[in-house]
Amino acid sequence: MTSPLLHIQGLHVEFKVYEGLLRVLNGVQMAVHQGERVGLVGEAGCGKTTTMKCVLRILPSPPGRITVGRITFHGQDILKMSTQHVQRVRGRGIAMIFQDPTAALNPVFTIGDQLMTVIKYGSRENLGRKEVRARAIAVLQEVQLPDPERILTNYPVQLSGGMRQRVCIAMALSTEPEVLIADEPTTSLDVTIQDQILRLLGELVEKRQTAVIFITHSLGVVREMADRVYVMYAGSIVESAPKEELFGNPLHPYTQGLMRAVPKLTGGGIAEGIPGRIPDYLNPPPGCRFQPRCPQAIEGCELSSPPLVQVRPGHEVACFLFRES
Amino acid sequence: MAQEILRVEELKKYFLTSRGTVRAVDGVSFALEEKETLGLVGESGSGKSTTAYTVVGIYAPTAGRILFQGQDISRPVNKRPKALKRSIQIVFQDPGTSLNPRRTIGQILELPLKVHQIGTRRDRKHRVTELLQLVELPADYQHKAPHMLGGGERQMVAIARALATEPQLVILDEPTSALDVSIQAKIINMLLKFQQEMGLSYLFITHDLSLMRNVATRVAIMYLGKICELAPTKQFFHNPLHPYTQMLLSSIPVVSEDEEDLKPEKVVSRGEIPSPVNVPPGCRFHTRCLEVGAGCREREPEMVEVEPGHFVSCLKFSPAGAFQAASAGSEEVDT
Amino acid sequence: MTMGSRYGSAFARRWEGFRRGWYKFSRNPVSVVGLVFVFSISFLAVFAPYVAPYPEHAGRFVNFSEASQPPSWKHLCGTDVFGRDILSRIFFGFRYSLMMGVVVLALVVPPGVVLGLVAGYWRGTWIDTVVMRITDIFLAVPPLILALAVCSVLTPSVFNAMMAVSLMWWPWYTRLVYGLASSLRNEFFVQAAEVVGASRTHILFREILPNCVSSIFTKMSLDMGWVILIGSALSFVGLGAQPPTPDLGTMVADGAKYLPDQWWIAIFPALAIMITVLGFNLIGDGFRDLFALEEV
Repeated sequence: MTSPLLHIQGLHVEFKVYEGLLRVLNGVQMAVHQGERVGLVGEAGCGKTTTMKCVLRILPSPPGRITVGRITFHGQDILKMSTQHVQRVRGRGIAMIFQDPTAALNPVFTIGDQLMTVIKYGSRENLGRKEVRARAIAVLQEVQLPDPERILTNYPVQLSGGMRQRVCIAMALSTEPEVLIADEPTTSLDVTIQDQILRLLGELVEKRQTAVIFITHSLGVVREMADRVYVMYAGSIVESAPKEELFGNPLHPYTQGLMRAVPKLTGGGIAEGIPGRIPDYLNPPPGCRFQPRCPQAIEGCELSSPPLVQVRPGHEVACFLFRES
Repeated sequence: MAQEILRVEELKKYFLTSRGTVRAVDGVSFALEEKETLGLVGESGSGKSTTAYTVVGIYAPTAGRILFQGQDISRPVNKRPKALKRSIQIVFQDPGTSLNPRRTIGQILELPLKVHQIGTRRDRKHRVTELLQLVELPADYQHKAPHMLGGGERQMVAIARALATEPQLVILDEPTSALDVSIQAKIINMLLKFQQEMGLSYLFITHDLSLMRNVATRVAIMYLGKICELAPTKQFFHNPLHPYTQMLLSSIPVVSEDEEDLKPEKVVSRGEIPSPVNVPPGCRFHTRCLEVGAGCREREPEMVEVEPGHFVSCLKFSPAGAFQAASAGSEEVDT
Repeated sequence: MTMGSRYGSAFARRWEGFRRGWYKFSRNPVSVVGLVFVFSISFLAVFAPYVAPYPEHAGRFVNFSEASQPPSWKHLCGTDVFGRDILSRIFFGFRYSLMMGVVVLALVVPPGVVLGLVAGYWRGTWIDTVVMRITDIFLAVPPLILALAVCSVLTPSVFNAMMAVSLMWWPWYTRLVYGLASSLRNEFFVQAAEVVGASRTHILFREILPNCVSSIFTKMSLDMGWVILIGSALSFVGLGAQPPTPDLGTMVADGAKYLPDQWWIAIFPALAIMITVLGFNLIGDGFRDLFALEEV
């Protein structure tokens, strides 16, 4: 296996609040290879967006603080880079699209202004105005927006949600990043539009061989979009496997609980869900953070945190029920 | 024979804006029986939430009738009798804004009891604790402010509030759309349990068809202000007739092969939802329909009962002659 | 995110709320400085007869042998032309300044807020039109001119100055609350209350108003400074407090004639006004954070 393009190792993050310290990230491990489509799935509050903010070094600090960890991109630790270096990585090396395209676009500037600014400053060459505009039109066509010339003159408010998200995708891909982080890009869109956007995204990253980290709370979406899936719970990765393996054979009790809780189109009623609630990050359980809710907890689970180990080819789990193979 | 608790007849709600008339709800008819759950499904602009809000009285209907237990209630809430406000309640979609951030949970839950003068002050405090227990929240939550609770917990408080006056009809406007799947499961199970125990009737608004498959007795799909298809759940999913229904079903991301097999294969989503200010003439879905025919641009289809209880509003199923298949390759998509 | 239950008795809860509030407020060191200023000034104002070195100098007092003395250990801010200790007069002057601010705001805020709530809730109806047009009319007149006009018609006094300032101050609160109330009116929690059948009074004062309190308080703290300034301006031109009342504005006016030689007679009272206004302004930021809801 070639070395990963982006490698997050042992990331721990704390937030300082009135009551004390919130231990939000508890040792996150993730590897993304060139051209790979990685899904990061987890529920609200598990730390997915916090992790991505660390990757781009946009974690608000205070109150956030990275206590331990490395994030290497092309072998270099992002957390130790100079600000100028990080600026070059952002956008050109690693780009991001956000959940709410309306909030990601500045309402008082036209699409053209915003898109062309990104192209101009994101490019490694010195581009003239005509060239920048031509590229802007080209990338808008790539995201299947009709009448790109008119769109350049539109303001975000004149476009629908789906169109705005296409614009955000265009902006992110125009700098030809090696890694694209998509943070719940279709959560705020209608289901038929979501389908179109997901297919578009799939085609574009396939064509450009861009690596993607696809963050979502929907197992259905991750099954359509990712080759490899990471499941996150309460600040750490609990399971990671290739897609078919994960859906065919989920090992971690949390993953199993999630799969059961999803309402199925084939019917069968709604499963019970997972009892209990997410842990208090101020006073997290000393051992496995899922242990208080785990239907299969055994002795020892409450004492120490299980490491993420490989138990089958390509399939890693952080659970004492399984042995390293 | 089950009693009908709610009947909506040709309900219309239009909004006048500077950009034109928004025909949010444009002639919607359905009936809800006691103790059943009717799922009202649609995407943005479908008018499902507006329908719900008009039924509960937040909006006054522009036209049409709403009948509750046989009584005509087609009026906004400030013109309705007080007793009615005990019987019909609503749970809103966004737990972040449906609870007043400047009030405590206890105050929020006590309000319906105070308004309808249920019991003495001490009784009410007692009832608040009971309500919290009902939704499996600790009693001392009554002193907390909403922002101290997670989204799922806030929604449970919203449900407790809706049930405080022991209503008969509860409108659920996407109660779990903003929540994670494990919390959704818990809340839905709770809602189903309450329905059984208290004999509630639910009008369940959502965009999540997989959820409806498991919760609703009957399902209605709305598009741009009208109902396209209405059927009992099983029939709906095994035999979806309307092209929009098929497009919706084929767009849903699912987690298993079995579910994939259930999705209609040939229908791929295309186009965007037109603005409700500019409703397309004829059948409002024709701009995106993959089976659009020549007549679809001119004639609006009517609801036709194709099998018992299964209604569709599409020219394909209309009486003879209305639908003419288009010649191949001559259709364009309006976006 | 859950927190362990610290909510025992009602008292414990209130105390916890206070501590939490202090935590939020004190995130702004500048606001804490402002708070110190305001507390000190209030203390001096309230206890002036006990802490002023020469309390009798605040009223009618003359001692020409000590007149126009520069600042010294005996008179920390010097004396004025009548031999009165300026520092003591400043302490008493704080009373009038603070009183001006408190009385004007007490008169102005309740009616202004209520009108704003009513107009905002019934936005789009005749109630809205009537209230807001009247508000607009008052807002169109330059405040100081209006105050001057009123004062010059009535006999100059502290009381009349306060009335004049109040008259042109209320519309700002109406407009502030109108904006807030008309957008809050459409929030889900207000509609939930309407659907349940709550009375209009409840909705206006128990649902909408608590969500306006943050903006109202922040504005009030800034307004204290403004009202004090305008009050001082009125006294400066002779339309407010009359001699021998130790009002800061009057003191500046009297001392202005003696600049730059006997600079202390005007400068110290002016500094006193400045510190008072500054103190209230600095608190503004702290209030904003105090009322913000913590993100969990």
